[in-house]
Order: sequence, then structure tokens, then C-alpha cells
Amino acid sequence: MTKFLTLTLNGLGNGAILALTALGFVLIYKATEVINFAQGQFLVIGAFMVYNANVTWGWPPWLSVLFGIASGIALGMAIERVILRRLIGESTLAVIMVTIGLASALGGVVLGTWGAEPKPRPTFIPHGRVNFGDVGVGADRLVAVAVAAVVLVAVGLFFQHSRHGVAMRAVADDQQAAMVQGISVNRIFAMAWALAGACGAIAGVLLASMSGGYGLELEAFAIFVFPVVILGGLDSVLGTVVGGVIVGLLVEYTKGYMSVDSSQIIPFAALVAILLVKPYGLFGQVRIERV
Amino acid sequence: MATATGVYNTTYRRDFALRHTKAEYFRLALLAAFVVVLPFSLSEYWLSYVNLILLAAIAAVGLNILTGYTGLVSLATAGFLGVGAYTTANLTTRAHWPMPLSVIAATLLAAGIGALFGLPALRLKGLYLAISTFAAQVILSNRFRGWAYLTQGHGNIAAGYPTIGTHHMKSDFEWYWLLLVVTGLVVFAGVNLFRTGLGRAFIAIRDQDIAAEVMGVRVGAYKVLAFSIACGLAGLSGALQAHYRTIVTWENYEIGTSFTFVAMIIVGGLGSVAGAVYGAAFMTWVPAYITKIGQSLQQGSFSFLIRKLPAVQLTLFGLVLVVFLLFEPRGLARLWQRAKEYFRIWPFRY
Repeated sequence: MTKFLTLTLNGLGNGAILALTALGFVLIYKATEVINFAQGQFLVIGAFMVYNANVTWGWPPWLSVLFGIASGIALGMAIERVILRRLIGESTLAVIMVTIGLASALGGVVLGTWGAEPKPRPTFIPHGRVNFGDVGVGADRLVAVAVAAVVLVAVGLFFQHSRHGVAMRAVADDQQAAMVQGISVNRIFAMAWALAGACGAIAGVLLASMSGGYGLELEAFAIFVFPVVILGGLDSVLGTVVGGVIVGLLVEYTKGYMSVDSSQIIPFAALVAILLVKPYGLFGQVRIERV
Repeated sequence: MATATGVYNTTYRRDFALRHTKAEYFRLALLAAFVVVLPFSLSEYWLSYVNLILLAAIAAVGLNILTGYTGLVSLATAGFLGVGAYTTANLTTRAHWPMPLSVIAATLLAAGIGALFGLPALRLKGLYLAISTFAAQVILSNRFRGWAYLTQGHGNIAAGYPTIGTHHMKSDFEWYWLLLVVTGLVVFAGVNLFRTGLGRAFIAIRDQDIAAEVMGVRVGAYKVLAFSIACGLAGLSGALQAHYRTIVTWENYEIGTSFTFVAMIIVGGLGSVAGAVYGAAFMTWVPAYITKIGQSLQQGSFSFLIRKLPAVQLTLFGLVLVVFLLFEPRGLARLWQRAKEYFRIWPFRY
């Protein structure tokens, strides 16, 4: 029972990070219908920017994190402006391949700048163990859950109540109708990429504190974003939370009860199964298109 | 199809012909002369890269049939290279099958597994399909790493050179002729495929799947068939590669290799069999050349670039892909076509 509870708590921690990463992914897909294979690089670059500010330049933690988020936003907007905007109307394959190319180029830049050696994890996030009865969990996981909850609620409120959030939903729903209402679609696209960059930076720092530290391994974690978004629905913000938690738990349970090896593939096997049975996920918008 | 001025196709037979003009026959003759002279004029080092290009071209042609002609994305080419490689290595070293038989078996197995992972294509299009093949790649490369049975617990498995009588085919020179024949057959079959009903059905599915269905193309069956053709050719390429390198390790079949293959067909030209070959040549030869330059710069003032070589290669790979997609989405094949046009009507612009 203790093992089960420990695994559950760990899984929730992973799920929080996955939900944050998937949120960036879903925001981009919702607004621009682009599948972003470079989401993992957003995590890595955001995290390394925080590392640079905090460790190399000796900035205080809050400023470093703000700097990381700002650079994530700048990166996202730059990518949208310079590359993705030229590809509006191109085939799905072209867009997917551009993001893969980007992932490779950004990965190369990170490897060249910071090297392959992982850096020690951030010191400003507490690492002690917190005990509930006889179940212990790392404090960093609790921080991750709390931060993810705050960000997800904030994004949810943003979509429901702010002007820009409503405009983003309008663009996701129908671009032409949104343009007729005077909404600048270009600005919405830039905003979606900026938010994705910011989410990536936050998730990257949290992940760096939960795993071995700042390093290229963060990128490998991001591939689990695909089972999450397929399970939750590619265009659903709520789906990222539910999908993130389910996949996070699934990974921990299989790791605990089966083997580390199978924990890598069970989520992907589930992904293929879901695609066959319910391709739009739990909360995704169903677009009927049969051949 | 655009041909030269004054060439009229008055019979169906003539219209179907692969080559129409004297210039096209002339270029074919030049190409034939080139491939015969090539192995005699290259050092062993560069000839090995030519062999790698021929190997890559087999899988790239398959992927282009799937992606360029049928309009379905696959991010799992490396996985199926691995399926072919592990199958033939196990059949020859453990079950002692003769190599030709085991290569054929590997091809068929890869085609079968490919059809299985192609099943989501019955219901899905575009990006959902890309994610499904991505999952296939993750699952396959995980199995290559973790399934001890495949390698009897050694982590890698040997595959022997092919033998003729008592002679082992070891040298790059001999391999060149073998691969030239196999790749030539694959390219020839690929070009001819699009003169048949099957190939035209693929193109119809790519252009408008609903219209294709209305015209009586069984879209679902053909999509799965396209998947198994592409995966089968990847399996063939992987199996031959296993015997060429004589060792099979999981590092060669990771997701990065799949991306390289997609890059090949984009750089070479989507929807062009020749383009797949150009792309294979480009993506194999350019990194090799960069490495070569890197080694010669070792002592010079650019030595910092050498220490960062993996990072530089990753970055360049990504940039090449992005630049091609932005500025010449139809790849080298289109550039070559434009160059031909330019010289044909020179000195006029159009």
C-alpha cells in the first residue's frame, strides 16, 4: 500500500509537468493547427536560461525565473514570426517537418552552448522529503504540482475572462469569422507561441529540479507529451490536465510494478490504441471526416 | 508531363513511355557510363559512402512512395530498418538461413509489421497519423534496446558477409555492384509503379481522398498497402545494411535516423523517385564531407568547430531542412528540372 501511495504521489508530480508541457503544445495546436515537435527544446532552452541567470550571472532566483520565462516568450515569438508565418496554408507534412528541423537546430545550439554534461539542479527549489504518515514524497514534486495548478488555473481564467483569451478561442473556432470581428490573427498566433514558450520554461525548471538537473535529458521527457495530448484531445486545455495525470500515473505504476523499460512504451501503446478507438481523445473536438 | 517542343504523343503506348526525347536517352546513357566508371575512380573510403547512399536510397524511395505520392507521413523509417536488420541477423546467425532468403524474409516481415502500424491510417489523416507512426518508432526502438532475446543478451548481433561458393563478399567494390543492381531495380520499380493503376490510385488518394473513393479506389486498403510497401523497402534496406556493416546495434535505428529519411525526401523532392535518390545522396554525402573537412581543420584556427562537431551537424541538419521547406519545398528534383529548362531555352528567359 505504501508503495502504491508513493508511486501515486510521484506520478502526480510527473503528471503536473506533463500537463504544463502539453499545455504549451495544445495552445499552439488550438490557435494555429501546428504540431510542435520542438516543445522539448522549449523546456531545455527555458531551463538553461534560468541556469545561466541564476548560476552563471548570480541573479536572484525570482529574477532568473522571470528571465527564463521572458526568453521562452521571445523564442516562441521569434519562431512564429520568422518561420511558421511563412508556412501558413502549407501542407501538414511541411509544417511538421519544419518543427522537427527546428527541434534539431535548437538541440544543436543547446549542445554547442551548454555541452552534453548535465548541470546540477536548481538550489532555490526545496529538495527535502515531506512525509504523510509513512509515505514520503520529494518537496520538489509538491512544488511542481502547486506551480502547475496555479499556471493551469491562470490559463483557464485567461481563456474564460480576458479579452485576448476570448479572441484566442474565437480564432481557434473559426479564423475567418474572427478576422471579420477585427481580431488580428497574426497577433493571436504570436501570443500562442509566446505562451507555449513561457509554459515550456516553467516546466523545464520544475523538471530540472525533479530529475537529475539541467541537461539535454529534459528533452527526452517531452516525448511523453504525445500520449498526453492524444488522450486528452489535441485541442483541449482541460484534456492536458486529465491526460497529464493519467499518463504520469501510468508511467510511475508501470515503472514500479513492471519495469523501467515497459514504462517507456506502455504510454505509446496506449496512444496507438486510443487513436484506433477514439482518435479525438477524451475532450477533443470531434470533426467528422470519414473516408 | 512537360516534354520538349514538337514531340507529339499519338499513341497511348508513346504517352506512357518513360523517355520521350533523344536528350533523355542521352542522359540515361551518360548516367549508365557514370555508374560504371564510378567505382574505378573512387578510393575505398568514398566508395563506402556511395554504398551507404545506395542503401539509403532504397528506403528513401519507399518513403517517398508513401509520403510524396500517397500523402501519408511516416516517422518510423528507422524502426523498420531495424526490423529488417535484426530479422536477417537472427535468421542467418542463429537459424543459419542463406542470406538471400533471410533478406527476403526480413523484407516481408517489415512489410507485415508496417501494415499493422498502418492500420490507424484507415481512420486518421495528416497529423494524427504522424503521431501514430512516431509512437511506432518509440516502441520499436525501445524493443531493440530492451529485448535481450534479439541479441542473445549481448547488446548487438553479428550478421555475416554474403558468400558466393567459398568467396566472401567483403570489399566495397563488390558490394557496389550488388547494391547497384538492387537499388536500380527498386528505382526502376518505383518509376514504373506510377504508370500502373496502383500508383495512380496512390496519387488520387493524396490529391483528394474523397474523390478517389467515389471513383472506386478502395482508399483504406491502398493506404495500408502503401504503408507496407514503404516499410518493406525500409526492411530491405535495413537487412542489406546489416550484412554490409556486419553488425547490428540499436543506435542506428533511433528516431533521429527516421527524421534523416524524411529530410532526404524533402531535400530531394517530394513525389519524385529520382528526388529520393538525390536526397539520399545529399543527406549521406554532405555530413561525411563536413566530417572530412573537420578532420583537415583539426590543427587550424577553427579547431573549436571540431570539438563541437556533433552540435554543428545537428544544427546544420535542422537548418537545411527548414531552409528547403521555406524556399524550395519541392527539393533538388525541382531545382534540377529548372536548371534543365534554363539551359534548354537559353538565351531566352521563357
